[in-house]
Amino acid sequence: MSHVAQGRGKGGFITAFLFAPLALYLTFVIWPYVQTFGYSFTNWTGQSPTFDFVGLENYSTLLKDDDFRGALGHNLLLLVFVPVVTILLALFFAFMVNAGGRSGAGGVQGVSGSRIYKIVYFFPQVLSLAILAVLFGAIYRSDEGGLLNGFLIKLGLIDPKHPVEWLNEPNFVLWCLLLVVVWHGVGFYLVLFSAAMQSVPKDIYEAALLDGAGRAQTFFKVTLPLLWDSVQTSAVYLGIAAMDMFVLVSTMTSGQFGGGPDHHSEVMSTVLMRNFLYFGKSGYACAMGVVMLVLTMILSVITLRATRRERIEF
Amino acid sequence: MGSTGEGLGRRDLIKRSAALGLITVPTMSFLSACASGGEESTKGPDKGVVSKENPFGLAKGGKLDVVVFKGGFGDDYAKAWEAAFDKKWGTTTSHLATQEITAKLQPRFNGGNPPDVVDDSGAQKIPLDVLAKGGQLADLNAVLDAPSLDDPTKKVRDTLVDGAVEQGMQGGKYLVLKYVYAVFGFWYSGKLFKEKGWAAPKTWDEFLAVCTKAKEAGIGGLAHQGKFPYYINVVIMDLIAKKGGLDAVKAIDNLAPNAFEGNAAALAAVEAVYEVVEKGLLMPGTNGLTHTDSQTAWNQYKAAFIPCGSWLENEQLKQTPEDFDMKFLPVPLLADSKMPLEAIRAGVDEPFIVPEKAANKAAGLEFLRSMLSREWSTIFAQQANSLTVVKDGVDPSVKLRPGTQSAVEALKGAGANTFTYRYPDWYSEMDTEIQNASNELMAQRIQPKEWIKRAQAAVNKAAQDPNAKNNKRS
Repeated sequence: MSHVAQGRGKGGFITAFLFAPLALYLTFVIWPYVQTFGYSFTNWTGQSPTFDFVGLENYSTLLKDDDFRGALGHNLLLLVFVPVVTILLALFFAFMVNAGGRSGAGGVQGVSGSRIYKIVYFFPQVLSLAILAVLFGAIYRSDEGGLLNGFLIKLGLIDPKHPVEWLNEPNFVLWCLLLVVVWHGVGFYLVLFSAAMQSVPKDIYEAALLDGAGRAQTFFKVTLPLLWDSVQTSAVYLGIAAMDMFVLVSTMTSGQFGGGPDHHSEVMSTVLMRNFLYFGKSGYACAMGVVMLVLTMILSVITLRATRRERIEF
Repeated sequence: MGSTGEGLGRRDLIKRSAALGLITVPTMSFLSACASGGEESTKGPDKGVVSKENPFGLAKGGKLDVVVFKGGFGDDYAKAWEAAFDKKWGTTTSHLATQEITAKLQPRFNGGNPPDVVDDSGAQKIPLDVLAKGGQLADLNAVLDAPSLDDPTKKVRDTLVDGAVEQGMQGGKYLVLKYVYAVFGFWYSGKLFKEKGWAAPKTWDEFLAVCTKAKEAGIGGLAHQGKFPYYINVVIMDLIAKKGGLDAVKAIDNLAPNAFEGNAAALAAVEAVYEVVEKGLLMPGTNGLTHTDSQTAWNQYKAAFIPCGSWLENEQLKQTPEDFDMKFLPVPLLADSKMPLEAIRAGVDEPFIVPEKAANKAAGLEFLRSMLSREWSTIFAQQANSLTVVKDGVDPSVKLRPGTQSAVEALKGAGANTFTYRYPDWYSEMDTEIQNASNELMAQRIQPKEWIKRAQAAVNKAAQDPNAKNNKRS
């Protein structure tokens, strides 16, 4: 067999393998986007194949929709807090677990028992969001049977006649949800950052130690800059999670597809689903979907640009 | 670590945006999974001969596709029906019992291949108003006009309880067979009341007095299913109905500009409910509980009353103590009420539909006709512990549980004094907004006047729905 024939055969082989995924991607990812975009210009009810073209009406209604604007505000709030809180906690724990131990014999190590911590921290990641919703539903339960309320009542901090209705309190509900997301995410990012930290050569740390750097200095001057890549990627992923939030909000809060009390925990995806499946305004919901897509795209580009730094090679 | 280069390489950006795409996709692809298909369904099986015994011309030996909601009533009744149907018609039935009606059926409705019979119920039902507007429902008048299986000289229409047909109307057509007959009101434990020496209250003042005594005894007065304000709305709306009479009910359903605002009965009703909140007579924490949590707390004697429909007993079978002695109580009266104490909201529920594009529509219609026979109605009463819309449709030999029994007695006592609301079926958005307002009211974040304002705003918004002119009741 000549070299040329062999090359062609290989090329065909590779093309064949690329074609199937590409076709699947086009059919199941790109085409739905296009369809959604198309539906966003119609008054489709979602339950019937017939609909009329209404132009930009859905988008102009959307601009005036208080529920959607409120939801957008909540998403933006989560967008700030979910990545920041999760990453800070994960970084702190990762540093403690990997390099925070007392430098006794001159080596760089984690605090004692760090192996166990790593495993324990990862536990929440194993649970699905649906299980989390049930678990935290029991914690936030609004009567004295709730874990949090029961605890606070035992401590005498709240009156058993007036337990805190955590998820039914406009001022608390978003923060309660935020806590769940952070609790769920920290373990995963801890492991991610740990892996990144472990790939940092030990001699860099040892050099820093020899120069008399403390824990804080080691962290800010050595660890963080070397981890910047991972932090950046984490921020994008967590940002996307904050833009979604559908599963938690829809199962844990009151209202059709969640969002209660009185729209105080509304996120864009819950408003979208309520309009899509419950109010029979699917065309309108598709317009929301398009807006969400655009916002998420803008968000990730901004995050990647804003966090751009000089690369450090080692 | 990783590749080098200035900032983020182009390849990385592409890789990451692809990953990002994969994450955002679930929302979007979910939307488009439900994308509509255009084609008509393929032709059904051969037609049978239309006769008095076979009014829809059902061919023997076809296929029947049944989807039921598996909720409080389970699905044993449906299996029993299907067996009876298959035996009589030689059909092969496929049976799906699910709680995810919308997720399972929306693609099929859009694709033009819906099942033949659907029990469209539960929290994830497909809204009937939306299905009706889309022309997806078969006209069930044919079933009403067909001869009854029990007495072929009568039409099916004449064997149903009053109001059953009216409540299946959507946009002026009978499209939905609501099969279960339910009464709504408060429920209490006969055992608890006997122990404490409390009497069932007749007026709202007496109701508040019992709640106060309960509070003194260290238990809550009123529990409600706070996470689902649907239930407390039953109390508010029933108080409005009883005080203001049928006119008040119609004003709301017909979206009158003074349905709530300027309606003294409405304000009095909301203020009455708010009094419970203000006086601290709610079971602590009830505003945030799910229906099962609050009903179970009530079963554990943590509250005196809970509002619910007559499915409550079946829903709570496992949580109810053996000697609980569940009792039904019509919503007590406000001063100067137009309806008597015995008046109750009696509604038909559990909507069964036959899709217009069903492959075997004749079988679907025949299935519904069979459901309205005494034989199938008794099967339902036995398996699902509940009454049906068939008049005297339960064989007297069936022994009922105490709660159902007391509901049946209340129904007899009410006589012609039953009423019902149509707006939740007609205007899902308005219903949702009123529910939100009620949630705020119960949490003491708004006052009765504000509730009235918000409810009226929801009514006015619904009045702009082009479909509103078709939904009129008189």
